[in-house]
Amino acid sequence: MPRLIDRLGPAEDIWTVLGAEDPLPSSGSVIVALERLDEALAAGLELGVHLPNDTDPERVKPHFDRLSLISVDFPSFTDGRGFSIGHCLRALGYEGRLRATGPVISDQFDFLLACGFDEVLLPDSVAERQPPEHWAAAEGRITLGYQRGLAGRGSILDARRTAGDG
Amino acid sequence: MYRYDEFDRRFVDERVAEFRDQVERRLTGALNEAEFKPLRLMNGLYLQLHAYMLRVAIPYGTLNGRQMRMLAHIAETWDKGYGHFTTRQNIQYNWPKLKDVPDILEALATVEMHAIQTSGNCIRNITSDPFAGVAPEEIEDPRITAELLRQWSSLHPEFTYLGRKFKFAVTGSEHDRAAIKVHDIGIQIVRGEAGEVGYRVLVGGGMGRTPMIAKELRAFLPKADLLPYVEAILRVYNLHGRRDNKYKARIKILVHETGIDAFRDQVEREFATMDRAAVTAPEGEMERIAAYFAPPELTEKPSAPVAFERMKTLDPDFAQWVERNTSAHRVPGYVAATISLKPIGGVPGDATAEQMRAMADLAESYSVDEMRITHEQNVVLPHVALGDLYKVYRGLAAIGLEAPNKGLVTDIIACPGLDYCALATARSIPVAQAISKRFASNKRQREIGPLSIKISGCINACGHHHIGHIGILGLDKAGVENYQITLGGESTEDAALGQRLGPGFGYDELPDVIEKIVDIYLDLRQGRRETFLQTYRRVGMEPFKEALYATAD
Ligand code: SF4
Repeated sequence: MPRLIDRLGPAEDIWTVLGAEDPLPSSGSVIVALERLDEALAAGLELGVHLPNDTDPERVKPHFDRLSLISVDFPSFTDGRGFSIGHCLRALGYEGRLRATGPVISDQFDFLLACGFDEVLLPDSVAERQPPEHWAAAEGRITLGYQRGLAGRGSILDARRTAGDG
Repeated sequence: MYRYDEFDRRFVDERVAEFRDQVERRLTGALNEAEFKPLRLMNGLYLQLHAYMLRVAIPYGTLNGRQMRMLAHIAETWDKGYGHFTTRQNIQYNWPKLKDVPDILEALATVEMHAIQTSGNCIRNITSDPFAGVAPEEIEDPRITAELLRQWSSLHPEFTYLGRKFKFAVTGSEHDRAAIKVHDIGIQIVRGEAGEVGYRVLVGGGMGRTPMIAKELRAFLPKADLLPYVEAILRVYNLHGRRDNKYKARIKILVHETGIDAFRDQVEREFATMDRAAVTAPEGEMERIAAYFAPPELTEKPSAPVAFERMKTLDPDFAQWVERNTSAHRVPGYVAATISLKPIGGVPGDATAEQMRAMADLAESYSVDEMRITHEQNVVLPHVALGDLYKVYRGLAAIGLEAPNKGLVTDIIACPGLDYCALATARSIPVAQAISKRFASNKRQREIGPLSIKISGCINACGHHHIGHIGILGLDKAGVENYQITLGGESTEDAALGQRLGPGFGYDELPDVIEKIVDIYLDLRQGRRETFLQTYRRVGMEPFKEALYATAD
């Protein structure tokens, strides 16, 4: 079962997650833990970083231009801190790939996209039960939301203005 | 009243379809029970002791006759013929079947209602003053703000998986009938120095096992800044609120542990740096909503019509009811009439389908087709002409809802307790019934004067016992129900938490104990105008303690 899913469907994961003890490779795309970010930055790799969900998003801001991917940890789908972290990273100007890593569910897909995420990386236990069709069906299930200033779905508040003008 | 436009309608329809799909995916196993649980909670569906319970949102407690009829229809079609109005201005059905719930939600959608976020760790139904738009001293109808917040908080992508539930209340009057000081965020509409309308924002109030009175976060917030400001508060809470312990996860704990000043700094910093313009409601949105709440056009009428005065003399019960259950209206010749859902010996807040339909009839005929649910679990007809009041009263008497006890000792708030709730440690409804019967005499109730008794069946405090003048908390002591009494709680602008009287009492002792407390008050009060709360504040706990525990030594 595909574990990486984005707006376009199942995707191939080109990233290698580096374990705490693993040596840095000489090439390729690696995701490192936050503690090893400085070390990895010096190595000149294509770099991603994995953030626990109690990380201050400001912490990685100085490295935005060197990071191609930020992965935010969702230890469980009910722990919603990652939604705010995603939003904050985008608000701080991060423009690279944003990944939600953990047992999130397809019913949260729109929310994740709205908070600036691009993709989800699921554990097998979730991926087995929630095939890509479920994620495709979930996207845009609620056509418009009431909030403004978010990525993804449009705002009813703005749509009303447009409808009013027409 | 607010009416859905095409966008609101589509939103709710899509939400119902989504839930239908979620139920199906639960049945196929695509969603496991742990995953389904928060999803069903966010659609109002709880698992109780004996069955599912569905909580339907009544935004800021306002509804019309057609909606009330639908609530009656649901009670009859999918439940046991009655519903239960709650302290958060919602209605609960205690016996729906899971498979019927999507149909119920679809039926609700046809009358512009839903069950979105009436449960779960998300922003709950926004509550407000049941006398909104009626009270003479009001600065602005708080429902305009509440509706804006309702929309903003509906399926907010960032704030739907919070650490814990999150409750807003809004008042437009200085006199607080919305209990804003015991909410996660309390909003008071105020005037700024130049007379402009804005908000005073309180944060960190709440009940539960660690009750706290909210603190002031901002003395004055310009109106246009509301959405970015609450977004800043929610972001700080979502990022920093505790997730390690369910009982310490409310914002009140974060505010308490961080300190209000440091918390304010965090909120203000986020507010200052965020893209406020992107979040603010666009020009005209507030006005669009406000138009729905334009006061109904009521023509001024005599403030003491002859027929009305005559009926009061002819029917003393009516006169009593008028005195107790009606409140001032900003238009001369009108009142807001409170329908007490606390008949003697009844279940507080319950109404049968027949009663709901009758209330809908009365609202349509005599109250500009409007009703309000109060956090005291009563119903208000907000715009009744004095000349129509007797007809309303007779209509209520016909369905057994003419109790003249608003704000009196039998106007009891009680949570469902052991009769329904899986978390309960003791019964609470039968306690309310027994006390109500004990004080059945109208004469005696009037003699006692304003006195609120609030009962919770466990430490979670859904019955708001902390803010009852007399609070009753049902606990379990080695398998036996034991009830702790608190005195001196209050929910309004001078909100206070009740203080513990002493060791608890057994179930059977309660009516006697309450009676004793009341007798001591009657004994100690300085004149008949001094209320229970005033006496308590003057004399303190001691005399009550002495009288209740002295003989036990
Ligand atoms: S206070 Fe306790 S018993 Fe009462 S409804 Fe709440 S959780 Fe249930």
